Amino acid sequence: MDLRFLAAAPSTVEQAAIDAALTGDGRDQLLPALHAANDAVGWISEGALNHICRRLDVPPAEAYGVATFYSLFSMEERPRKVVHVCVDLACKVNGAEALVDAQSEFVVRSPCLGVCERAPAALAVEAGVGSEYLMPEIPLPQRGDPGLRLLRRVGVVDPRSLDDYRAAGGYSALRNALALGPQGVIREVTDAKLMGRGGAAFPTGRKWAATAGQPERPHYLVCNADESEPGTFKDRVLMEGDPFAVVESMTVAAYATGCTRGYLYIRGEYPKAFSLLSNAIEVARERGFLGRDIMGQAGFEFDIEIRRGAGAYICGEETAIFNSIEGFRGEPRSKPPFPVEKGLFGWPTVVNNVETLANVLLILTEGCQAFQRIGTSQSTGSKLFCVSGTIGHPGVYEVPFGATLRELLDLAGGVPDLRAVLLGGAAGGFLRPDEIDLPLTMEDARSAGTTLGSGVVLVLDGTVDVGGFLLRIAEFFRDESCGQCVPCRIGTVRQEEALHRIVRRTGDSQDLVLLRDIGRVMRDSSICGLGQTAWNAIESAIDRLGVRL
Amino acid sequence: MTIVDIGLPRRLIEFTVDGEQITVPEGATILSACKDIPTLCYGDTLEPANACRVCMVEVEGSRTLVPSCSRKVEPGMVVRTDTERTRHSRRMVLELLGSATDLSTTPRVSEWMAEVGADPSRFGPDAATVSQPALVDNPLYVRDYSKCILCYKCVDACGDQWQNSFAIAVAGRGFDAHISTEFSAPLPDSACVYCGNCIEVCPTGALSFRREFDKRADGTWDESAQTATTTVCTFCGVGCNLTLHVQDNEIVKVTSPHDSTVTHGNLCIKGRFGWQHVQNT
Amino acid sequence: MGRRKREPYVRLTQPLVRDSGVLRPASWDEALDRAAEGFRRNVEAGGPNAFGMFSCARATNEMNYVAQKFARAVIGTNNVDSCNRTCHAPSVAGLAKVFGSGGGTSSYQEIEDADLIVLWGSNAREAHPIFFQHVLKAVHRGARLYVVDPRQTSTAKWAHRWLRLTVGTDIPLANAIAREIIHSGLANRSFIERGTEGFEEYAASVEEWTLPVAEQVTGVPADLIRELAHAYARADRAQMSWTLGITEHHNGTDNVLSLINLSLLTGQVGRYGAGLNPLRGQNNVQGGGDMGAIPDRLPGFQDVEDPEARAAFDAAWGSQIPPYKGWNLTQMLEAMERGDMTTVYVIGENPAQSEADCEHTIKRMSNLDHVVVQDIFLTKTAQLAHVVLPATAAWCETDGTFTNSERRVQRVRKAVAPPDGARDDIELLCELARRLGHDWRYDSAEQVWDEMRALSPMHRGMSYARLADLGGIQWPCPSEESLEPTYLHARLWEADPVRRGRPAPFSVLRHSPPVDELSAEFPLRLTTGRRLDSYNTGVQSGGFSSPLRRGETLDLCPEDALDLGVVEDELVQVSSRRGAVVAPVRIDEGLRPGLAFMTFHFPDEVDVNQITIEATDPVAGTAEYKAAAIRVDKLPAVR
Repeated sequence: MDLRFLAAAPSTVEQAAIDAALTGDGRDQLLPALHAANDAVGWISEGALNHICRRLDVPPAEAYGVATFYSLFSMEERPRKVVHVCVDLACKVNGAEALVDAQSEFVVRSPCLGVCERAPAALAVEAGVGSEYLMPEIPLPQRGDPGLRLLRRVGVVDPRSLDDYRAAGGYSALRNALALGPQGVIREVTDAKLMGRGGAAFPTGRKWAATAGQPERPHYLVCNADESEPGTFKDRVLMEGDPFAVVESMTVAAYATGCTRGYLYIRGEYPKAFSLLSNAIEVARERGFLGRDIMGQAGFEFDIEIRRGAGAYICGEETAIFNSIEGFRGEPRSKPPFPVEKGLFGWPTVVNNVETLANVLLILTEGCQAFQRIGTSQSTGSKLFCVSGTIGHPGVYEVPFGATLRELLDLAGGVPDLRAVLLGGAAGGFLRPDEIDLPLTMEDARSAGTTLGSGVVLVLDGTVDVGGFLLRIAEFFRDESCGQCVPCRIGTVRQEEALHRIVRRTGDSQDLVLLRDIGRVMRDSSICGLGQTAWNAIESAIDRLGVRL
Repeated sequence: MTIVDIGLPRRLIEFTVDGEQITVPEGATILSACKDIPTLCYGDTLEPANACRVCMVEVEGSRTLVPSCSRKVEPGMVVRTDTERTRHSRRMVLELLGSATDLSTTPRVSEWMAEVGADPSRFGPDAATVSQPALVDNPLYVRDYSKCILCYKCVDACGDQWQNSFAIAVAGRGFDAHISTEFSAPLPDSACVYCGNCIEVCPTGALSFRREFDKRADGTWDESAQTATTTVCTFCGVGCNLTLHVQDNEIVKVTSPHDSTVTHGNLCIKGRFGWQHVQNT
Repeated sequence: MGRRKREPYVRLTQPLVRDSGVLRPASWDEALDRAAEGFRRNVEAGGPNAFGMFSCARATNEMNYVAQKFARAVIGTNNVDSCNRTCHAPSVAGLAKVFGSGGGTSSYQEIEDADLIVLWGSNAREAHPIFFQHVLKAVHRGARLYVVDPRQTSTAKWAHRWLRLTVGTDIPLANAIAREIIHSGLANRSFIERGTEGFEEYAASVEEWTLPVAEQVTGVPADLIRELAHAYARADRAQMSWTLGITEHHNGTDNVLSLINLSLLTGQVGRYGAGLNPLRGQNNVQGGGDMGAIPDRLPGFQDVEDPEARAAFDAAWGSQIPPYKGWNLTQMLEAMERGDMTTVYVIGENPAQSEADCEHTIKRMSNLDHVVVQDIFLTKTAQLAHVVLPATAAWCETDGTFTNSERRVQRVRKAVAPPDGARDDIELLCELARRLGHDWRYDSAEQVWDEMRALSPMHRGMSYARLADLGGIQWPCPSEESLEPTYLHARLWEADPVRRGRPAPFSVLRHSPPVDELSAEFPLRLTTGRRLDSYNTGVQSGGFSSPLRRGETLDLCPEDALDLGVVEDELVQVSSRRGAVVAPVRIDEGLRPGLAFMTFHFPDEVDVNQITIEATDPVAGTAEYKAAAIRVDKLPAVR
């Protein structure tokens, strides 16, 4: 290509950091390279961007377009140390603003950092040094409970030790998978009626069968660890507590669907999970659990590349994640074609959420029939719920599908003055206190007109300013819209404006009409789930909670 | 190997649009099979961008509405192009666009707005807009992003679909997303080669010839007094078709027919701007 | 020799005649009478061959038809030529020699559908940008692109492989590719047996060009030569395109033939998607030749030495066309020097600036008794004229047709009225013809076209109505009822020898290095070319303000600049055996030591053709613009 580059040159530090980060010369190295520059000096200078463009043959305008897509990257020089203070839902109701005011460092107001059990959350990032949470660790609330299945190793095994993982049953699922053969694995997963845990609840077995059946090669596997739905942190807990399970379950999925390469896309705000998973992948590779002829299976080859997001909720969308990995702006693609036909780099791709994959290990060790005995006939197995907000013992809880919301809240210490529960996250909906006997299953949620979504259970008691809470939801969607389609790009702005007038009581009755009109076009005509669900919570607050705005 | 190109055998498929059975070749989009569905971001020389969402239609069995510009027809598909739901969607999309963007030079949009009763002023006087000063940083063309609906067409035309210069891209996110060079550099410092192929595909007049911009500013731009004559470029032997837009015997704009097998609507700087020499008198 | 910024040319709106050495305004009648009288005077004195017509590759087919008819029917000479001589005459000559007609063999769509594209001596990215879009469509689809060029041009930057050859070593490279194909058993025996002749002699002639020898001579690594040879021979559909890097040499026709040989060897011609395509530099240089504005061909590529062809024209025109070839442009310039040619009619050409060693050209033209220039500007050439006739700009002020590089004839339409005082070229030709005893009148361009297509079988099916309906038609088009395939020479693949016709001959070619030899005094090789926003001598492209334009520069690689002790933007003196110019230095990492580059777009500021060499191709008469020997000197410091 006859690209025109800039005249600007990188500093020695920038150049060294970028050169060290590159593991290839393809466009897909763009996001890692931008991270390297931003990590090294705290921002992305013209010289750094130019050097990246020269190394990767990427047009500077496009690289700039990609860099400005992500909120973790700064295109302007700023202090080497910045503190990202979460001002999102769970933190907002737990004193986020006071924490912002208390900072002496340069503050970035951040959307949900995914550590809601320790709200209010803050993450300090120092150029050239690294990141650390500013809150103390808290243990898993249910630790030691013998009923735990998905969480059984969390807090029990050493997350850096493959041997500890193996001593706790690790790699028995892959052993069984190799014995069953790909078709057999897909049969087990299908018959277990496993449904995706990322929010869409698509049958995992069907997705795998569809990918495996595509004649083109290669096939790709993407593990979606970009959980960014406000109030969601279950995948982080799994990744921090049981990282080798992520590696093993990806290997099983790859074996079943014919992938030789997998990408683990983890959100950029999870430094600890990133470090533990990087370690797990490296150790697994060293020990032959990744690479060629894995576990003695001649011809079975699989490896994993880990990719860090950079602050974009939309990249959790299953096609936006492809664009992000490929080095383009994380904008969702139009479907069809679906990922199983044309996914990452245009090849058949299976995308699974971390928790979904964790279930696969259980299915393969205990069998689909035993797996099905947990939960209900339609929602099989157990589910992780992210309990946060104004509640005594926030944290990730594992309960079998079918447990009621009341039981879950009691497990977490109960709520004396319950005002509402936001179920499923910002894209979910509110439940009233009189609705908390709802059994937590996909089907019950659906018939109650709501969704379990990613397992968010955000509790609001009487102290919470519901209007302000709703405004934050509207603000979140406005900030996180990728901007590609008109209904979402402008609709989320107009929604926030109208809601603002309603909450501040400066509008009139027409604003409610506007909200419904905007909500309807976003739901009907947005490209992806973000826009389609951006009105859900606000609508339910009006219709279901009877919130008088 | 054959001496003659025998081409790909194509199947025909049937589907229903507004109650009528239609047969189209496999691979056709809903838009190509229907007449007169309004659209802003669809370009006849470009891959569908799927961005404006003006062309949404109902497809039986689909949870959401479907973009007719990119959705390929499937056998037995049942499509409705004019229902309460599609009209609501179109009205809202046009209202949203109109409330944020200056559509005063967008052809046909006022007609479509009237059709569905769109009223962009509904969002009130304080509604955020993309209003900003026009960028005039070179003698050949102007970028007035107050009029930009972010249809991606200019980016696609500048990028790998045609020009392969990659001078511009979408930067930022959400409502702040905008078309930009790297670090918002002025065009003369960018990779721009002034082919004007971005202007050719711009549906709103956000990108325009300097001549048009100046004439609009001084009130002498009069499309009703213009003729458009297609001829052939005088530079090099490729034989690009030029359509000269002439007002008062003065060339005021140069376009190229999109159905030309030579250009597909694209030109280079010489074809697009090199006509001045005949008018130097 | 200083550099000065030129004001854009302004349109001519009044006829001029020369009195006492000075051009002064005149009435149309006076100017036309003088023009005609001068032609009559010279032809009476020196015979028809004292007259030469420089027709215009930028004007319409219709104008070119009338211009060559003027030379042949009114004056009675075949001395008609155009600036195709300065660029692609070798392409026309080479293709016509092998296949019988001098056009590119494929369509642009076929470029998109090819599996492999070779661009040889072509910076299409800048010189033919829209053609290059078709190339990039193919590349994005997965086709391989090979670029052969001494410079790492913006075109070469898109290539999968760039073969950087030493200027003037095209034949060794092509012959080495051929040898490698033959020795690897990749020659297409089916095609060679069916459609070609002379293979054995050809095979023997390339035998000396082993890979190591070729590497040494061309500077291209042997493995790259091998790779291109194999890729070209193995591709299902391969396209070979070239531009002036092939033709602007003293042996340009041989260069063209060396590429044609490769297509014959591998059967990469005569099929959909496989072909040979010279990229023409002027909007109607293809059409000018097609219309017979060349000394050896009548309209429709009919041989002027073929009595049957001549008879048809003589019958239609009431003429007696001489039964022998006329002089080409180069020969005409020589005839001027000898005094055999004493008058020329120059329509829209600027030889005083476009010819190599232009000082020499100006001297020759100054010898003439009578020069008539018909142009839209008072060019350097017009300033030498005895009569200047203000004309119209063909592409936007007249109706007619142009023919492009894919042989597509397309309608040209009048979009603006010419400035008051400028007159249509055909009208002016008719005015002069009438003054010389031929009562010519054409009511419209279409009338000219219909007369022409009645005489040219390959254009016969192209009515104006059809050209408009179909968005242009590629020749040949003998019938109004049908269209021919988009590619030429499919006959060569026919199983039936009768339908196959004359086989395409291989050409045995010898390497002949550039005439302007490098020496201690002139150690650098200068090559020339175009830039994206400018065009030829800049008369047209100078009319608009381009943000990209930087004026003339001497481009050097960083190493040479360092050796010479010069820096970017420094003014230096560039000298050859013929002259010297001053230009600022520009550093280009795409060059290699020993190779310098200049354009020819800014002759009024830096007249590069004062230093280029006039060594010409013996067949086609094109000069070796691509290879001059120069030296670069620092200017003395200004006090």
